[in-house]
Amino acid sequence: MFSRSSNLVKLGGVSGFKQIAARFESTIILGEHVDGKLCASTLSAITAAKKIGGDISVLVAGNKIGDVAQQVAKISGVTKVLTVENDVLKGSLPENWAPLIVSAQNAGKYTHILAGASSFGKSLLPRVAALLDVSPISDIIAVKSADTFVRQIYAGNAIMTLKSKDPVKVITVRGTSFPPAEEGGSASIEALAGASPEASTLSEWVGQELSKSDRPDLGSAKVVVSGGRGLKSAENFKLLYTLADKMGAAVGASRAAVDAGFVPNDMQIGQTGKIIAPELYIAVGISGAIQHLAGMKDSKTIVAINKDPEAPIFQVSDYGLVADLFKAVPEMTGKL
Amino acid sequence: MAKVLVGVKRVIDYAVKIRVKPDKKGVVTDGVKHSMNPFDEIAVEEAVRMKEKKLASEIIAVSCGPAQAQETLRTALAMGADRAIHVEVTGPEYETLQPFHVSKILAKLALEEKVDIVLVGKQAIDDDSNQTAQMTAAILKWSQATFASKVEKTDGNLTVLREIDGGLETIKVKLPSVISADLRLNEPRYATLPNIMKAKKKPMKKVTAKDLGVDTGARIEILNVEDPPVRQAGSIVPDVDTLVSKLKEKGHI
Repeated sequence: MFSRSSNLVKLGGVSGFKQIAARFESTIILGEHVDGKLCASTLSAITAAKKIGGDISVLVAGNKIGDVAQQVAKISGVTKVLTVENDVLKGSLPENWAPLIVSAQNAGKYTHILAGASSFGKSLLPRVAALLDVSPISDIIAVKSADTFVRQIYAGNAIMTLKSKDPVKVITVRGTSFPPAEEGGSASIEALAGASPEASTLSEWVGQELSKSDRPDLGSAKVVVSGGRGLKSAENFKLLYTLADKMGAAVGASRAAVDAGFVPNDMQIGQTGKIIAPELYIAVGISGAIQHLAGMKDSKTIVAINKDPEAPIFQVSDYGLVADLFKAVPEMTGKL
Repeated sequence: MAKVLVGVKRVIDYAVKIRVKPDKKGVVTDGVKHSMNPFDEIAVEEAVRMKEKKLASEIIAVSCGPAQAQETLRTALAMGADRAIHVEVTGPEYETLQPFHVSKILAKLALEEKVDIVLVGKQAIDDDSNQTAQMTAAILKWSQATFASKVEKTDGNLTVLREIDGGLETIKVKLPSVISADLRLNEPRYATLPNIMKAKKKPMKKVTAKDLGVDTGARIEILNVEDPPVRQAGSIVPDVDTLVSKLKEKGHI
């Protein structure tokens, strides 16, 4: 009798404590959106937040946000959608956005602030962290607990598990490491109280030139065909576009191809470009430098087409074809 | 004319294949080739070009770290920086030194030295954080121009072309400002032998984080550092037909 009841107390104590700890966690996620659509990076951040536990609020801010707020409210796991609609937020200037996130933080006293590790999240969250006097954590690939996270260092050649000592964890999340959260929720939508963003006089958004393409987005494409220095010219990249179109693939590039002017910068895959993990990655005329591998080595299947049998890309490829790409790529296109 | 502060970091050379320490607390750095973080070379180059265009009056290079950080500062001086400040951080504090601390140090020095522009690389290739510029700008309450691929001075402002996910973006920032250099900003010059010799005579001041009133207490605890999972060795296929049939087998096409 005695031992039974003491066991019960012990069990109740442990699980009760866990519940309380979980209840203390609360996350606010910066909802990133382009042209009225929520970005995939935010859906991955929501998945990461679920692993942290507790309530999940998503801040949807911008100069036009109605549709996006509705989309976010339907995502499973989201407790609340906080909205701020203001023309000041056009152009995503961190000088205007950071104070807004700080005011949301002051109102909600969150334990975690998350965003996708996109160029927007990377520009903004460290500024927010500094305003809160905490050390941000970049590009996490796993959540071990509410204060322990995993991230890659040295171009993905080492994996660090770290424990944050800060009271508020400010984190960017690697999209390819967390599957996107799916629909199936019904969160409440409310305007963020007391948020009246003012235009900072520090900076001004002039405009942007976005690369137009009908192909799938590099970050979320299932198949990516990528070219390097071996393509020799911008003209020759057409070979890859033709192959990609046949496969419904996105097209990426190595730094060498970007530097040589074959393709625009935003197609660069690697440590300092985009980090992707498609089902199938086809590297054409890419040697496979450490910096390039950092951006694609988590792809499910890697194919390399290169005429140099010693190219390091063959050390990570599942299927390697030692051949002249100018013959192999058109042949492959013809056989699909 | 603007006074420029350039932050440079000594990192393991980009071409080195790093090794994780047996105790799993970090990577092996002893006896390994180090050099200036490639993005910081680009930042130094941009500062020197600003001076050559008479947009900048003086360039001060700063590095935080152990005694060897001075080698990196000498490289910056040989590229054209006028003087250097070595902020000495050693031992366990250096192990957990983060952009959080470095940005406070840079902000303090920016005010002390009355600079108009802080230039740093967009990320260091060792910790891959990509935080220092943004945090420095926040602490100073200055504008920030991250991932810059072109910087032009227009009146009292800077017009900056930025590399963003979908393409390029143009912003105008008021001075003083913090800029982080992306790869495409410029092609850094090599330090010539005469300039390396001259750099030895340029002034280098040594201070500690404590002198600057910056606490370098750890904000993270490194629980462990491991090798990434190794990919299973693949196979070489003889021809395109085999490749296509393998991909079909796997359901990729």
